[in-house]
Amino acid sequence: MSDLAKPDPSAAAVSTSQALVDLEDVCKTYLMGTEEVHALAGVSVSFEKGGFWAVMGPSGSGKSTLLNLLGCLDRPTSGRYLLNGADVSLLDDDELSQLRLRELGFIFQSFNLIMQLTVQENIELPLYYLGWEASKSAARARELADMVTLGDRLRHKPAELSGGQQQRVAIARALANDPWVLLADEPTGNLDSSTGEQIMDLLCELNSQGKTVILVTHEEHVASYAKRRLHLLDGVIDRIEGEDDAK
Amino acid sequence: MRSKLLRNIHLGVKTLLLHKLRSFLTVLGLVFGVGSVIAMLSVGEGASREALDRIRKLGSNNIILSAVKSREDEAASTVRSFMSVYGLLYDDQLRVEETIPHVLRAVPVKLVRKNGILGERTLELRIVGTTAGWFELVKRGLVAGRTLVRRDIDEHSAVCVLTEYGARRLLATRHTIGQAIRIGGNCFEVVGIIRSEQGGGKIQTPDREIDAYIPISVCRERFGDVNIRRTSGSREMERVELHQLLIEADNIQTVQPVALALEAMLKRFHKKQDYQISIPLALLRQAEATKRTFNIVLGSIAAISLLVGGIGIMNIMLASVTERTREIGIRRAIGAKRRQIISQFLIETVVLSTVGGLIGIAVGLFIPWMITIFSGMPTVVTLYSLVLSLGISMSVGIVFGLYPAVRAAGLDPIVALRHE
Repeated sequence: MSDLAKPDPSAAAVSTSQALVDLEDVCKTYLMGTEEVHALAGVSVSFEKGGFWAVMGPSGSGKSTLLNLLGCLDRPTSGRYLLNGADVSLLDDDELSQLRLRELGFIFQSFNLIMQLTVQENIELPLYYLGWEASKSAARARELADMVTLGDRLRHKPAELSGGQQQRVAIARALANDPWVLLADEPTGNLDSSTGEQIMDLLCELNSQGKTVILVTHEEHVASYAKRRLHLLDGVIDRIEGEDDAK
Repeated sequence: MRSKLLRNIHLGVKTLLLHKLRSFLTVLGLVFGVGSVIAMLSVGEGASREALDRIRKLGSNNIILSAVKSREDEAASTVRSFMSVYGLLYDDQLRVEETIPHVLRAVPVKLVRKNGILGERTLELRIVGTTAGWFELVKRGLVAGRTLVRRDIDEHSAVCVLTEYGARRLLATRHTIGQAIRIGGNCFEVVGIIRSEQGGGKIQTPDREIDAYIPISVCRERFGDVNIRRTSGSREMERVELHQLLIEADNIQTVQPVALALEAMLKRFHKKQDYQISIPLALLRQAEATKRTFNIVLGSIAAISLLVGGIGIMNIMLASVTERTREIGIRRAIGAKRRQIISQFLIETVVLSTVGGLIGIAVGLFIPWMITIFSGMPTVVTLYSLVLSLGISMSVGIVFGLYPAVRAAGLDPIVALRHE
């Protein structure tokens, strides 16, 4: 009864679908000089738990902005963003960091490994901020490196690895904190097509293990791995394609 | 918590070691800052401690009147065979003892240079004609025998007391006591040996002097008041009754009034300014004031050099933050909080400045050591200067590391990630 007396939209959103990530009329406006640029102009979409989404669109359509918002690196100008039921737009910087640390894993186009650290230290980075003990996090790093078949490269520096290997290290790092959502920004953009395929296979496998994967790409064949495709155009959703064309 | 801090420090050290040369150059400013602070303080401390020591040995209750050639005489003495008459008078001693209150004792000192012969050895001695009071005032230990006593003076006994140093030069030992030493054609019985003063030159016994203390009454009878100095063909004669008058006040409060009374008395009875009053207590106070000034000057220099070192650190850390913008972006994207980024950079600067401070301490210990070895100047490295300079260099690290660290943490993660 109290639910009726005081309607809680976030509770309602969770109850209506299995949504893990829920955007409601999200806008993002940048100020470029004196001109306002509407990078996102009212996007509403729900990403369900265990989904595999590809966000597509020409450059300037707002893909990166959407990913930054999803990744809690940025806050929407207006609208609501619920991550696992929590309203991200209300959180402060520390709480956003905490959210990234606990719930999200990032995979970047340019891998973004720290070049001074070894493979093992790169994978351990989220665990370090989570405050894990050294021995425990070393074991976890070894386990993850084995999973991405780089168990023998733990002591190497990223520069000594090929592009595909570096991206696998980055995926291992993204998985270290056991996140709900993997956010990938053009994960194959810097790789040749066969290594790119390996990376995409790996992401599919992770999705089949239950991770929600959201990737941004402009390549059709990369997007074809995803179960659903969200097309952005000029900051609004153009169309959503997918298995069961919901929404 | 502690292990986490250790891990952070370990991480910082590792990052710094990636750029060994740069880190080394960064701390160099602090190394020399801290090193020079410690070195300067130790030299200053050594010098002032020596000065204070020397003055303290003169006795804080004492006032020393010395004979000096007045300026007119100095000019006139170039004339051949001129006899200059100056110095303190026997009467001065009597006047002091009889008219000035709060004077415990007034000890006359008369200096004569004569050859002394002991056994087969002949050396020039500095004969010090004085009274028993001298030994009470100077308070030096006896090596053997006895000091001069009142009876020696009253009875005009031909006895003498040697110093330890003089005894060594004359090849005298404790067995020499009771033997005769010939001084300027007179025989004196050696009755005692007293300790030499430690350290450098002193007013009463300039270093490297072979002193023989004899009763002033005997000195006056045998050697008279006229000294003749022969220097390359010319003769210089001077008539001095007393070379020094050591006056001891009964306590530290009366030193100043006694000194004033002495000055007034001397002004009245001496036409020329042929005396000099030195008050160890005043010198002590002055030396202490000088030391304070010295410390302030050194402190300012130290502050400036440490400031320069700190600016060097800030400069390098700002460059490092720019260079590592992308790394900061990655760490932030992964979930590092602002203050974790701050602490990462702050730990690096504090490690840098602490290492710099420690190397600086090593340099600061080495420099005074070298100074003492090569110039013989005394240096004293005090613990407080070590603690102070290390503390300052660490706080320099915090103060000058804070801005770059805050700037690093303030970067927008999205912008930082895009940084090339």
